[in-house]
Amino acid sequence: MLHYLLKRLASLGLSLVVASLVIFLTLEVVPGDPAAYMLGINAQEDTLAALRDELGLNGSVAERYLSWAGGLLVGDFGTSYTYRTPVAEMIGERLWVSLPLALYALALSTLIAFPAGIWAASRRGSAVDVGVMGITQLGVAIPNFWFAMLMVLIFAINLRWFSAGGFVGWDAGFGAALKSLTLPAVALALPQASILARVMRSSLLDTLSEDFIRTARAKGLSRGQALRRHALRNALIPVLTIIGMQFSFLLAGAIIIENVFFLPGLGRLVFQSISARDLIVVESVVMLLVFAVIVVNFLVDLTYAIVDPRLRGRR
Amino acid sequence: MRNLWLGGLLTAVFAGMAVLSFLWTPYDPTVLDIANKIKAPTLAHPLGTDHFGRDILSMIMVGARTSIAVALVAVGIGMALGVPLGLMAAARKGSLWDEVIMRGNDLVFAFPSLLIAIMITAVFGASALNAIIAIGIFNIPVFARLTRSGALSLWSREYVMAARVAGKGAARISVEHILPNVANLLIVQGTIQFSLGILAEAGLSYVGLGAQPPTASWGRMLADSQTMISFAPHMALFPGLAILLTVLGLNLMGDGLRDLFDPKLRRARS
Repeated sequence: MLHYLLKRLASLGLSLVVASLVIFLTLEVVPGDPAAYMLGINAQEDTLAALRDELGLNGSVAERYLSWAGGLLVGDFGTSYTYRTPVAEMIGERLWVSLPLALYALALSTLIAFPAGIWAASRRGSAVDVGVMGITQLGVAIPNFWFAMLMVLIFAINLRWFSAGGFVGWDAGFGAALKSLTLPAVALALPQASILARVMRSSLLDTLSEDFIRTARAKGLSRGQALRRHALRNALIPVLTIIGMQFSFLLAGAIIIENVFFLPGLGRLVFQSISARDLIVVESVVMLLVFAVIVVNFLVDLTYAIVDPRLRGRR
Repeated sequence: MRNLWLGGLLTAVFAGMAVLSFLWTPYDPTVLDIANKIKAPTLAHPLGTDHFGRDILSMIMVGARTSIAVALVAVGIGMALGVPLGLMAAARKGSLWDEVIMRGNDLVFAFPSLLIAIMITAVFGASALNAIIAIGIFNIPVFARLTRSGALSLWSREYVMAARVAGKGAARISVEHILPNVANLLIVQGTIQFSLGILAEAGLSYVGLGAQPPTASWGRMLADSQTMISFAPHMALFPGLAILLTVLGLNLMGDGLRDLFDPKLRRARS
């Protein structure tokens, strides 16, 4: 297990270094000088030089990469070109919206998908199964930002149960904050729940046709007992993979959904930064999201090893 | 089979609309007609008009063109680069090549297409072309992985052994014997990536990272309609339905094709 862990850790570190290089190099070939952009077309040459120096734009590419990446390691994301505040602070504030939103959506998606998938699998071919599969087929096809707009129309504008957008902040109390994240979280969760429910169902059906389930039934277990005690755990591996992949989709998808609901999260920060050519912020947010995806996938891999001991030896 | 027909029909309707839009649309979707702005559906405008008085049906027809073109080219990029990489990795299983290709795949997988689009947009600005590139890059590892895993099981088959004994090289075997046998897998996955591409394009143009005005696109239409949704819900309803039905059609078609190609799965799933 230790050997497996070390190997996985080394590949995790390598992925992060390569990802940071890709991000840095992509954004460094940007045409246009942020200093010139900030000072406008009438800027004096010496003011420009001074600002470039201040923003750290003068060193060689390698120097700048090392100072950026080195900063990331100690939580120093640099200073925003436009706001002149530390990027880490800006990201930290926004993270308090985006991360809870993604986790909320992930929780909703799992809570909807598990029962739906298990229910459909245990009554295969019945009206329940057909109904669940039909709804999930629609859920996979619906664009989540459009679903979000429809929910705003129904639940915010017509029924007035929720506000149409904005975030009240965690200071307003946990309940109120959670309420203002509810519509966005549902919008994010629906397509993911549909995918997850379908995976859960088909994985369970595969497992239910295995020999060990027949053995369990032969011992006298009912279909439901066999499903709960033997099939469920064995069907979990593909489901875990999908949950891991979904977390990254939820974080990235939140960028679009935040725009529907005018939530002050990472997504809006990225778009503001792109239009202001505040590339250091774009760089850092993208790196943070990619970091999250890579680490989550690493954790999912470790979970496999816990769920299925046979996988520890492999790879 | 029902899935295949229904999905094929839906897809054909929207593809047909896209093709028709080159020859004819009820109105010119770029001409403003302020006197007739924000009209609910009428006989003259079956799907109503938008805030500039443009005919929504015409815009949806032209938008179908944008969506389909972006998603189709993106699938093309994914296949053109991903399939050869997957074949190469499978032919040299366990080699350094295989390792580099697969780790490269993992790396690209860590960048959701939206993030790739954000980076490209930050550098080159927003356009339909950049949306295509972003979605296309995201498609590469999908096809590379699928091709590799499909090809690996084929390399141990007798007919591949026979080809090797006959003196054929790895490249030739990959093209002549492996590729035709993973083609079914690729077609099914291609349909799915096509539908994901339509969703991605809609999302990108919704946030302003895709096709730019005056090019009509479904995502942009939804973005425009958002502030008017309380008094002009038809502006938001129809472009969204167009996306939903196209994606649904492609997904049903993908499911149907999979069942058609793999009767074993059909039995297990129904």
